[in-house]
Amino acid sequence: MDIFLQQIINGLTLGSVYAIVALGYTMVYGIIQLINFAHGELVMLGAMVAFTVIGALAGTALPPVLIVIAGVVAAVPVCMLVGYTMERIAYRPLRNAPRLAPLITAIGISIILQHLALLIWGRSPLAFPQIIPLVSYTIGGAIITGVQIAIIAISLLMMGGLTLIVYHTKLGIAMRATSQNPQVAGLMGIDIDRIISFTFIVGAALAAVAGVMVGTYYGIAHYTMGSLLGMKAFSAAVLGGIGNLAGAMLGGILLGIVEALGAGYIGSLTNNVFGSNYQDVFAFLVLIGVLVFRPSGLLGERVGDRA
Amino acid sequence: MRHLEVAYGGIKAVKGIDLSVPKGELVCLIGTNGAGKTTTLKAIAGMLPVAADAVLYDGAPIGGLRAFQLVRRGLALVPEGRGVFGQLTVAENLAMGAYVRSDAAAVKLDMERVFNLFPRLAERRGQSAGTLSGGEQQMLAIGRALMSRPKLLLLDEPSMGLAPLMVQKIFETIRAVAREGVTILLVEQNARLALEASSRGYVMETGLITLSGPARELLSDSKVRAAYLGETD
Repeated sequence: MDIFLQQIINGLTLGSVYAIVALGYTMVYGIIQLINFAHGELVMLGAMVAFTVIGALAGTALPPVLIVIAGVVAAVPVCMLVGYTMERIAYRPLRNAPRLAPLITAIGISIILQHLALLIWGRSPLAFPQIIPLVSYTIGGAIITGVQIAIIAISLLMMGGLTLIVYHTKLGIAMRATSQNPQVAGLMGIDIDRIISFTFIVGAALAAVAGVMVGTYYGIAHYTMGSLLGMKAFSAAVLGGIGNLAGAMLGGILLGIVEALGAGYIGSLTNNVFGSNYQDVFAFLVLIGVLVFRPSGLLGERVGDRA
Repeated sequence: MRHLEVAYGGIKAVKGIDLSVPKGELVCLIGTNGAGKTTTLKAIAGMLPVAADAVLYDGAPIGGLRAFQLVRRGLALVPEGRGVFGQLTVAENLAMGAYVRSDAAAVKLDMERVFNLFPRLAERRGQSAGTLSGGEQQMLAIGRALMSRPKLLLLDEPSMGLAPLMVQKIFETIRAVAREGVTILLVEQNARLALEASSRGYVMETGLITLSGPARELLSDSKVRAAYLGETD
């Protein structure tokens, strides 16, 4: 088996999920300069809601694909509603407050959502029922599963769709206008409150799908799963240049690959002193590296460009 | 629209002024830096909170409305410093000017009209607005405001920071827009150009209107000549 190719495939899979989550961070940051630390919890909520629905339908005669789709269809609106609500009641009143206030509020929202999930679903993880037959293909000595192919394909589709919206629709141009200069955007007749709500809703929908994907990939969903995933996706957004859509996508995929390669080789490189359980370290090493050497990220905008 | 009256005392920068812009006319508001001209425009355009009945537009009180709501009523402000969206292309900037309109075909025609008005913008339609020169950005800002088909156009210091030739070009455009029947309130530091283009003028000093009248009379007023036109008799 080819370790390198295998880890690239694994990295691409996780990386696409990071990219989808990172897009949520970066869109919100781009428009209101807030790091929404509660964004990871939306991923968790998406997974939990979807798993509940999938678990309930698992015994029925429905085809597995339909069951998973039903899970997504349930998770997306729930997350959209939560995303909309958090902006409406927690961040909007703080729009003109010092930047630290909404940031701390975001951490508070994150804790609240986690504990709500704990109350609803309890302490033990939800397991993904064994309904999807394991399909795998071998390419060049590495194995890629059907789930991995689906995750990568769906992620790419969502990235393409989002790019289309942001760059080729009136609403998308209005989003970019608002992120550059909200006051002047208002003078164009753009209701910036609506644009901000829309941004949160889109980010939340992406997060919901990401939650289902990552849950399906690992086979479990747990009320704490959002924090680490969220932090990694945030690192990916910073790596790409926070506020930059293409940067979030690139950063997510790169981070996934770095992480997978790190996990794959750290054992043999350190004589098994460190094992692949140190996988999580790499994302944050990358984050620290970026912050030290290139704080604006790979595709980061120079601040002077802001009109 | 018969009268636009601004009379508010809440804001320190503008200490209760009365000002009216009759429909179809070009009226200018001149004065030195810090006189409160920009504040006045911002208040009219809904960017600052003012009492509802402080601003009348078409006979209706609009003081409590916000900027984005006023655009739908035919009000457009070209802000000081132009405020183009630097990372959007010229065409995208113009499209944003027409954000409140849903008549796509007519919007397209209007964009071509703006390009006819400013051929320089046509050449650069796919370029991001941040790469334009100051004069081109001012053209874009005016063109963008026209894209909403305003009934009342508010212009804040359109000549600021521009080369003399460009200033001339901008003022020609302003006159042309006025001739098409758009009501204009022009805030300017370049008092002579502003008064020459206008039918009426207001002079503002430290938050108060100190002088007003037909532009021609103000141009020959000795106080105005001394203070704003740099002339002595």
